[in-house]
Amino acid sequence: MIAESFSVEKGDYLRAGEASTKMKNMLKKLGIGGSVLRRISVAAYEVEMNLVIHSFGGTLSINVDGDYIWLISEDIGPGIPNIENAMREGYSTADEVAQGMGFGAGMGIPNMKRNADIFNIESELNKGTKISMGFLLGGGNGE
Amino acid sequence: MVNKRFHSVTLDASKCKGCTNCLTRCPMEAIRVRGGRAFIMDERCVDCGECIRTCSYHAKVAMTDDLGIIENFEHRIALPAPSLYGQFYHAKSIAVIIEVLKHIGFTDVFEVAKGADIATRMLQEELKNPDRPKPLISSACPAITRMIQIKFPTLLPNIVKVKQPMEVAATMARAEYSKKHSVPKDEIGVFFITPCAAKVTAVRNPIGQEKSEVDGVISMLDIYACVFPILNKITPDENIKIATPYGVGWANSGGESRATNINKTMAVDGIENVANVLEEIENGRLRDLDYLEGAACPGGCVGGPLTYENKYVARNKVMQLVSELPCERPEETVPCRVLNSYDFKMDTPIPENCSMQLDEEVSTAIEKMERINDILESLPGYDCGSCGSPTCRSFAEDIVRGYCNITDCIFILRDRLKVMAQQMVDMSNTKRE
Repeated sequence: MIAESFSVEKGDYLRAGEASTKMKNMLKKLGIGGSVLRRISVAAYEVEMNLVIHSFGGTLSINVDGDYIWLISEDIGPGIPNIENAMREGYSTADEVAQGMGFGAGMGIPNMKRNADIFNIESELNKGTKISMGFLLGGGNGE
Repeated sequence: MVNKRFHSVTLDASKCKGCTNCLTRCPMEAIRVRGGRAFIMDERCVDCGECIRTCSYHAKVAMTDDLGIIENFEHRIALPAPSLYGQFYHAKSIAVIIEVLKHIGFTDVFEVAKGADIATRMLQEELKNPDRPKPLISSACPAITRMIQIKFPTLLPNIVKVKQPMEVAATMARAEYSKKHSVPKDEIGVFFITPCAAKVTAVRNPIGQEKSEVDGVISMLDIYACVFPILNKITPDENIKIATPYGVGWANSGGESRATNINKTMAVDGIENVANVLEEIENGRLRDLDYLEGAACPGGCVGGPLTYENKYVARNKVMQLVSELPCERPEETVPCRVLNSYDFKMDTPIPENCSMQLDEEVSTAIEKMERINDILESLPGYDCGSCGSPTCRSFAEDIVRGYCNITDCIFILRDRLKVMAQQMVDMSNTKRE
């Protein structure tokens, strides 16, 4: 098993996308490609941007373990008040800065769910949010 | 590090000092310095020519054919890349540049810009196909295509399936000449005048087709040397039909996009910049983009490593020459008959190049990655290149791949020497009991 984690700061648009790029490079070195890589790329970037835009900061980690690649995002708040809303396409609470940069179309979480083979989200208000996504190596949810 | 693929970009070992200029600036991390000289890793080099630009000692060279190669054929057609037009600041028209090529040994000239006009039409058709992924990515720059094969394999399906303008032009030139002069096709030599090394490699080692239509590739610098002294003495045939301004415009970054005549296009120049945008596309951004034009050279082909003129001067010259052409579009000048009677679509797939992978087996690759990460923690992180690998990470990888030893890092070596020196002092101080 191999695991790497990256800390992602709130509002750090300078480094935004760096963690997903590093994770992608790691997967390419491991020889993981095709549909799995394509889906992880999209999901990793979405979840990283989610941390930058919505959270107070957190960590993004990846581990390649047997049949699955796990992408896990854990933040330290503020938590999602209504997960059902957040899961709906088009729903967004992104601020003006993020919207000005082309984010906040309300596709983030639905997009992650669509790309992952296993998707789980837990959130507690004022505590934090944990998103876990599993991607089946060698196949799985084709496009 | 085995030599198996042909590359135009090569090293003149007698000039190489073994410095870190090319090492740290190669966008593919394809150079290593070992034993006081550089080595190019064949499987990773994309022939972008960045090392030719950065080498202070001119030890990096592009292999091209000598002009003498045209003597092998009685019928010799020159295929000037449109970037050639930007090389002659004082040239009065494109017609002069075409004419002068007939004075240095060519029997005829077929503009690659005309190939670009045809490629534009093919491209427009492909853009209309709803089954193709978006954005489509230009296939014109072979260095970019090769980079995608190595670094962005998930984007391979997005590459346009139209042959490069050089190949389109070569096919047309040979066919037209053969018909007009009743000469068998194999007695006609077709020679591309290139601004870059990547095109030389693309002829020897074609992308998307079995065999190139081009018989030889001559450096733009060599042509410049022959042509420059006589250019002003030439009286051109002003009635010849030149390519459209859009075809000629392919010389500059942005020219291809403009030629497509669609809105949602993006032109990016410089190989690192292209890599950054490809990264964005891979992340699922830029979903509304229809077409990405990427050129490895700054400014596009006018910035090629085998050009003479300053790229900004050349770009302006191309723009000036373009502004003097009749305002026609490829849709008006390229008849459908041409598109239907030749095969300008790539006919072999563009495969992934796995040279970045640590191992064929994922499980073994994971083990290697773990070792790399362990080694990386002990390295200083200066990315100085003194060990001969471009970064600390690539050094760790090279150790695991078996190419070098940890003590090739001068900082690790120094620390170990310190320990050893201390041990020697300790030993010398030991008194006899």
